[in-house]
Amino acid sequence: MSRIFVPKDVAALALGADAVAAAIAEEAAKRGLAIEIVRNGSRGAFFLEPLVEVETPFGRVGYREIVADDVASLFEADFLSGGDHPTCIGKTDDFPWFAGQTRLTFARCGIVDPLSLDDYAALGGWKGLKRALALGEIGTLEEVSLSGLRGRGGAGFPTGVKWKTVAMAKADRKYVICNADEGDSGTFADRMIMEGDPFCLIEGMVICGLAVGATKGFVYSRSEYPHANATFARAIEIARAAGHLGPNIDGSGRAFELELRVGAGAYVCGEETALMESLEGKRGIVRAKPPLPAIAGLFGKPTVVNNLLSLATIPFILAEGAQAYADFGAGRSRGTMPIQIAGNVRYGGLWETAFGVTLGEIVETIGGGTATGRPVKAVQCGGPLGAYFPVSLFDTPYDYEAFTAAGGLIGHGGIVVFDDTADMAEMAHFAFEFGAIESCGKCTPCRIGAVRGREVMEKVLEGRGGAADLTLLEDLCETMKFGSLCALGGFIPYPVTSAMTHFPDDFRRAGLPAAAE
Amino acid sequence: MAAPSPWDATRAREIIDAHLELEGPALPILHALQETFGHVPREAVPMVASALNVSRAEMHGIVTFYHDFREEPAGEHVVKVCRAESCQSRGGREIGDRIAALLGLKWYETSADGRVTLEPVYCLGLCTMGPNAMVDGKPVARIDKVGAARLVEEVTR
Repeated sequence: MSRIFVPKDVAALALGADAVAAAIAEEAAKRGLAIEIVRNGSRGAFFLEPLVEVETPFGRVGYREIVADDVASLFEADFLSGGDHPTCIGKTDDFPWFAGQTRLTFARCGIVDPLSLDDYAALGGWKGLKRALALGEIGTLEEVSLSGLRGRGGAGFPTGVKWKTVAMAKADRKYVICNADEGDSGTFADRMIMEGDPFCLIEGMVICGLAVGATKGFVYSRSEYPHANATFARAIEIARAAGHLGPNIDGSGRAFELELRVGAGAYVCGEETALMESLEGKRGIVRAKPPLPAIAGLFGKPTVVNNLLSLATIPFILAEGAQAYADFGAGRSRGTMPIQIAGNVRYGGLWETAFGVTLGEIVETIGGGTATGRPVKAVQCGGPLGAYFPVSLFDTPYDYEAFTAAGGLIGHGGIVVFDDTADMAEMAHFAFEFGAIESCGKCTPCRIGAVRGREVMEKVLEGRGGAADLTLLEDLCETMKFGSLCALGGFIPYPVTSAMTHFPDDFRRAGLPAAAE
Repeated sequence: MAAPSPWDATRAREIIDAHLELEGPALPILHALQETFGHVPREAVPMVASALNVSRAEMHGIVTFYHDFREEPAGEHVVKVCRAESCQSRGGREIGDRIAALLGLKWYETSADGRVTLEPVYCLGLCTMGPNAMVDGKPVARIDKVGAARLVEEVTR
């Protein structure tokens, strides 16, 4: 029986994948052909979606940008045997955009049926957990440390150090939190894992729980991701029924429970202490650190708070060994990063690669430049609180240290491309506006600063501003950067000052005509 | 979408009680109340407060902190248009303004006939194919002028 893959990833759904799946089922029935339609996640090349694939004896063959109207002609072309068709991209694995990647965290995403335990196990699933159980706590912690894995949420803190701190803390109860509050514009990696390879995250969290001595995990996701939440909630049920979660994990006698929680539209809850407040049922207000969450976190107990991508990378590290992961990367940035190439870009999507590729290669070579065909003006790296990079910085290698040195951050791996029609003063205004909307209100630099910054930028945009206003903005940014309690207020200056530094012309608006006397 | 139920204190009590076993049940309770009643009814707030042993003021503070929780039911159709950077880089600002103008609504506003609510959203995770929107929970991508008109027609028909 032919196996046909029609993605169920929300990006494919937005482009009509459900109608395509229905049309394929209908056409096959009409022709009396037995087929199995698998609703996989996305492989991440969104410019190919809906990407329909067919399993053939020589590998999976892809058909790009399929709409329901294409389906009859696909059958005519015998696509069930990989037949040629104008939409055919040949063997999917050989398609250059896929062949050029190093997929460790996303090895299964888009390949498997997300809710099939058989598919998951067939492609190495639970191998990491098995090895972690054999290694024991100390051995597991050692592997995570040796891998060099650093927090994929943005801060880049060594994951192994965090886990060891929680493991050493004495408490009657400990927690593991997966931060899946992926609010950054230009990012979709967490969503893709939850929709496309949810067992991978579950396995990573179980390994973490066993290593640090936590018995309860929470995944804190977003209400803006209803599809991801539905798939992940179902995955938890399936994993629990199979004994991969619960009181006796895979017969080990060890317990770990997992619960999905959905936020309520507050960007600041992606900040780990605000996230914990929210999980506890309070306003998502940032806590002062210390105490570190690893010592006194959720409900005052030692808590690992890791980004989803960090946790989803753990199964690979345990299964293949720390060195296999650390062999990739550059300098102190080890392993791979699922880079999300977004915005005004020709070939947008998720591109996982070893650290060290340059920003220019990502945007121009892999991304193919802008979707509009106009010159690139700027790229914002690391979400709404990330810096705008000009083309002159395109030789910056993609790693934590190099980005810091260039006055930016890689954040959660999002890159948003803007063409030459972008108005960087407008973008600076938006950064303040977003901060004003999303500030939790606890600290003054962020709460007041974002509003005042927005007001000054309005003046600048209307041409009422002068040099003194730009100096004022610089001063305000200085205060916010060093005076804010968390990264929300502390990082708003990144988009603002980078826009001012690299695109000063956009901030010199023509003055208003003098009012008639 | 299922039509919201009218206020029913017994039903609210059941919803609250069903979540009390959870650790930190406030958000799951508020989500469930909104799911049933279409908003978090004023009458429910003191009930949740007393069940969780917090003051009414504190509970009010929690409900109002989160953008998602409504104090009034939304319109029959909810249109959430992404206003974040990725969509902006693809003309999202203009498309969002166009949808608002075609609907004759301001952001966060519900039409007088109760048909449509318009809200901004900051990222739906479809960032390579903006401008994007979510209409009654369904994703809509690559919205151009024609798409904006079609979207508006579908929710106002």
